[in-house]
Amino acid sequence: MRPFAAILAKDLRVELRTLQSIPAMVLFSVATFVLFRFGLDRTQLDGSLAAGVLLATLLFAAVLAINRLFVAELEQGGFDAIRLAPVDGTSLLAAKAVALVVYLALLELVAVPAFAVLFLDDWGGLPALFGVLLLADVGLAAIGTLISSMATHSRARDVLVPLILLPLLIPVMIGAAGAADPLLAAGGPEYGDVGRWLAVLALYDGIFALIAWAVYDFVLED
Amino acid sequence: MYPKGLRTLALATVATLVAGFALVFYYAPLDADQGFIQKIFYLHVPLAIVALIGFILAAVHAIRHLRTGDSIHDARSYIAIHISVIFGVAVLVTGAIWARASWGHWWSWEEPTLVSFLIVFLLYCTYYPLRYAIEDRDRQARYASVFAITAGAFVPLNFIAVRMAESLVHPRVFATAEGGMPAKMWITFLVCFAGMSLLWLTLARFELSAKSTSASLARLRRALDGDSVTRTETATRPTRTVPARATQS
Repeated sequence: MRPFAAILAKDLRVELRTLQSIPAMVLFSVATFVLFRFGLDRTQLDGSLAAGVLLATLLFAAVLAINRLFVAELEQGGFDAIRLAPVDGTSLLAAKAVALVVYLALLELVAVPAFAVLFLDDWGGLPALFGVLLLADVGLAAIGTLISSMATHSRARDVLVPLILLPLLIPVMIGAAGAADPLLAAGGPEYGDVGRWLAVLALYDGIFALIAWAVYDFVLED
Repeated sequence: MYPKGLRTLALATVATLVAGFALVFYYAPLDADQGFIQKIFYLHVPLAIVALIGFILAAVHAIRHLRTGDSIHDARSYIAIHISVIFGVAVLVTGAIWARASWGHWWSWEEPTLVSFLIVFLLYCTYYPLRYAIEDRDRQARYASVFAITAGAFVPLNFIAVRMAESLVHPRVFATAEGGMPAKMWITFLVCFAGMSLLWLTLARFELSAKSTSASLARLRRALDGDSVTRTETATRPTRTVPARATQS
């Protein structure tokens, strides 16, 4: 537990001092919303269109952070230090995944209200929407951390992360957009159908968290 | 240098496929709804099922590779994905032709199985850029196995998610195609399926033997150049490893 806490605290402190991921993600998201306003030629969004715009933007913004997740470890010898230290490799995975969830939650705390201000009439579904997004973030973090640490060791890091991640994230998009669609409906949120989509997201989170945990030692091994 | 049984396997494949297509054209009844174009079913569906089984097999070999560290399992996993991706191209093309003939569009988003297959295919296409962007052979094999396991688990999950996304909009009765199929169609389908499985197996065996032959050729050539003593030792050992691997550190 202690190596996990140490790595997580280190990552959050580095992010707080350098501010290299979260502000970039927020700026990217808001700029993308403006892009969609003109691309779709709509000033108001609701239902599936709102869900699609919001989630596509957040997933692409997440790729920015996932790309950078292990760069410092590679450049400053963090991977070697983990291998030398008598700690379990999965504590690195867990710490990075939790750091990523924190980044994404902070991004959503800013980007979702910005989206609401720009496009939404009815804000009633937003509290439930944060719950859906948190569940999506967990799956995103599990699979993103695994792919990022593999891509970091390759020649084509910046290309590989989005290339591999986007097909893998389609079930997250299906689940999260399915749940967000009724929450952002024009006449106010409806909660009837949200549960089954949350089940899809939870299943995805569980399966890929387990897989990442099971195979991560082979990613670190050298 | 063919491995044992490859010639027999190849002959059996040709015989089964010829028998299967003869059944398709002379034995299986014409579909009442779709007519002649329905016969592409005997090509499209076996290809798709065999490709998906190939992806799952790749994950199984990848698990064995990570457990044992033997690079023959990595080679098998690579070849399983490789042949299945090629089959996948054929699945998408035949699916598009079928969709065009029966619905008038080259693509149908209302067909969850085809959509799921496209997503799985897109994911497995990224296996190649990942594999070839990593220089260190050992690491390349390990990361390829990690990918194969992750993607193997993704296949069923993706089918569940896509089917759910569809069933919400278009409630559909599963087993319309298979459930009401007459016995003659079933027999034809099973023979075609057996033929496709044999074809997959033959291609996989063939690629495996081609790769191991070129690997041992490269090893012999290095030994001939008197590269180093250790390399000569490995060359004399009968080995089927495909990506030449340095001795385990």
